[in-house]
Amino acid sequence: MNHKTSPALSVRRRQLLQGTAALAAGLAMPAIVRAQGTGPIRIGHLTPRTGFLGPMGEYAVLGATLAVEEVNAAGGALGRKFELLTEDSVNPQTASTKAQRMVERDGVHSLVGEISSASGLAISQVARRAKKLFMQTGCNSDELRGANCSRYMFHLEACNTMYVRTVGQALLRDGMVKGKKWMAFTADYAFGHDLFKRTKHFMDENGAIFISNDNLPTDATEFSASLLKIRQQSPDIVISNLAGNQTTNFTKQYNEFGIDIPFAGADMNMTSIWGAGKNGFSGVWPIIWTHQVQAPSAQEFVGRFQKKFDKLPENQAVNDYLAIKMLAQAMNETKSDEVDKLIAYFESGRKFDVLRAREGYFRPWDHQLVYEMYTVQPAENAKDADKFNFMQTSAPVPAASESLEVLAPTQQENMCTFA
Amino acid sequence: MATELIFIAQQVVNGLLLGSYYLLIALGLSIIFSLGGIVNLAHGAFYAIGAYLIVFLGDQIGYGLAFVVSPIAVAILGMLIERLFFRRFYRADPTLSLLFTFALSMVIEQALRMIFGSSPLPFSVPSFAHGMVIVGNFFYPIYRIGMLAVALAAVIATWALLNKTAFGKIVKAGINDPDMVRALGISLNPVMTAVCGLGIGLAGLAGVLLAPVTGVQPAMGQEILTAAFVVVVIGGLGSFWGVVLAAVLVGVIRGLTSYFYPPASEASLYLLMLIILIVRPRGLLGERFERLE
Repeated sequence: MNHKTSPALSVRRRQLLQGTAALAAGLAMPAIVRAQGTGPIRIGHLTPRTGFLGPMGEYAVLGATLAVEEVNAAGGALGRKFELLTEDSVNPQTASTKAQRMVERDGVHSLVGEISSASGLAISQVARRAKKLFMQTGCNSDELRGANCSRYMFHLEACNTMYVRTVGQALLRDGMVKGKKWMAFTADYAFGHDLFKRTKHFMDENGAIFISNDNLPTDATEFSASLLKIRQQSPDIVISNLAGNQTTNFTKQYNEFGIDIPFAGADMNMTSIWGAGKNGFSGVWPIIWTHQVQAPSAQEFVGRFQKKFDKLPENQAVNDYLAIKMLAQAMNETKSDEVDKLIAYFESGRKFDVLRAREGYFRPWDHQLVYEMYTVQPAENAKDADKFNFMQTSAPVPAASESLEVLAPTQQENMCTFA
Repeated sequence: MATELIFIAQQVVNGLLLGSYYLLIALGLSIIFSLGGIVNLAHGAFYAIGAYLIVFLGDQIGYGLAFVVSPIAVAILGMLIERLFFRRFYRADPTLSLLFTFALSMVIEQALRMIFGSSPLPFSVPSFAHGMVIVGNFFYPIYRIGMLAVALAAVIATWALLNKTAFGKIVKAGINDPDMVRALGISLNPVMTAVCGLGIGLAGLAGVLLAPVTGVQPAMGQEILTAAFVVVVIGGLGSFWGVVLAAVLVGVIRGLTSYFYPPASEASLYLLMLIILIVRPRGLLGERFERLE
C-alpha cells in the first residue's frame, strides 16, 4: 500500500481547500455586512399554515406582512429595512428545525409568530439558546408563561386564564354558573387540557356542578355522538374547550342538532365564527379582538388591512401585526438592536397602542401583554346581517375602572422565574 | 338501565349513518383500484372539490340545481383526468400512480387554498331541511336522514350498474382478467373512463352531502381519505359488499367509541383494521388477485 499522495490528488485537494475557503468567505460576507448594520433586519415568522390551525396562520402572515410594509414605509428601524421570512411551522419538531435554521443560516434578528403552544415551546427553546427574542402571537397555554416561561419570550396572545375569566364574567352576569350543571368538550392536546383545567377551576370556584368532560381528537370533524350525548344528559350549559376547525364544526353541528341548551366556550377566533356562518354560530365566547372594536386606531387598522388584502382582519392578524410594529418601535426608541436592551425596554412597562380603547403593556415578571378583551355572541339581528357582521362584540373586559391585570393569573397562580 | 340502552341503540343507529359517508368515498376508491390498479390518493381532493362546488354554485344557481350539477361536474373532471393521466399508469409500476395521485391531491388542495383561502367557508343545512325527527326518545336531524337516503340510493344504483347491466359484466370481467377481455375484442379504455367518472363522482357527491355538516376547507379531503382507505382495507379489495359491510362496521365502532371513550374515537378505526388484518389479511370479503400478488 503506497501512502504517498499522488500529485493529481494533492492538486485536487489544494483546489478543494481553496474553493472551500472562498465559499466560506462568501458565506461570511452577509454576516459582516449585518454586523455593520447596513443590511435589512431579518424577522423570522413561523406559524402553522396547514392543518386545523392553518386558517388562523393565514391571517397571522397577512398581519405580519402589513406591519413590515408599514415599518419600511416609515423608514424602517435604526435606518434599516425589515425583511420578513415566513415559514409553515407544521408541528413542534418542524417548528424547532425551522427556527434553528432561521437563526443560524438566515441570521434573523428575532422570531415572531406561532399558534400551537407545543410548537411555541419548541421555538422558545431555540430562541433561548440563541439568545434571540421570540414574540409569540398565538399560544394560549398558561404554562408557557409559568413553568415554561423564558426571558427571551414575550406573549402577545392572551393566556387561557384570561380567556376563561373574560367569558366567565359574561356567564356570571347571566346567572349561568352558580348551581348550574355543566358538560365540557375539550381538544385532546396540550392547549385543550390546559384550557379545561382553567375552566374547571373557574366553574368550581363559582359553584357550578360538573357532569362530564370528553376529550375529542383534534382531527375529528364529525360530532354527532357528542351531540346526542348532550341531549341525553341535558345539562344547563355546555362549555367548549375545542380548538381551530373543531370549534367551527362543533358549533355548526350544535345548531344542526337543534340543541337549545346554552352554549359557551373558552376560546374563539373570528375565522371559526365566519366559518360557522350566521346560521351555524351560537353561544357566548371570549375573543382578544374583533374588527368591530370601535377604538379609532382599531378602525384605522381595519381600513388599512382591507385596502391591502381586500378582506377584514381577523384577531390573529392583530397579534402578528403588533409584534412586528413593537419590535420596530423598541429598536427606534432604544436606538439599538441589542437583545438585552430590547428586553429591558419591553419590561419597563412602556405602554403601546394595541388597537383598543386602552393601551396595553407587558408585565415584567412573566412578559404577558395585558390588554382589553371582549366577548362575542350572535347579534340580535343576525339573520339580516351580512356574512361578516352577524356577531356582536361586547364592551371591553375588564371595565374601564378596573386594572387590566385582573384577567391574567397572579404571580402566586402561575409562577415564572427567568433562569 | 332502559334509558341507557336507548342511548346506546341511538349511538348504534348514528354509527350506521356515519358509515354511509365513508361508504360513498370508499366505494369509488375500491372500484378504481380493482379495475385500474390505481390507488387514488387524490380521491379525498375530489371530495373537497364537490364540497366547494356546492358552496360556490349554491350561491349562483340555487341549492337544488347545484346539488345535481356539482357531483356530475366532479365526475366529468374525473373522466378527464382518467383520459389525460390515469390511463398512462395501468400497466406501469404502481409506485408511479401512487406518486402521481399524491401530487395531484396536493395540487388540488393548494389550488383550493389559493382560490378560496384556507379559512373554512360558511355553509349551512338548507332551510327546508332544518329540524329534527323525534320518535319517542329517538331524535335525529332531518338533513342527516336525507343524507342517508341519498347515499343509500347512490350505493344501490352503483350496485345495480355493476351487477345488472352489460357494462357491469365487462367491469367485473376486466377486474378478474383484463387480458382475456381484451382478447375477446372488448376495449377496456372507455370502461375505465366511465368507472373513474363514477368513482370520483361518488366522492364528489359525498362532498356535496357533507359540506353543511363539516367545515368546507382545503384540507378536508385528507381528513376523510384515511378513513376511506381503512374501510377499503377492512372490507377487502374488489368486494362490493365487503366495502359496504366495512363502512357499517367502522361507523358503528366509531360511534360507540365516541360514546364510551371519546379520545379513542379516531384511533378505533385503526385498531379495528389491525385486528382484521391479523385475523384475515385479505379483508372481510376480499378476493385474491393474481396480478396483485
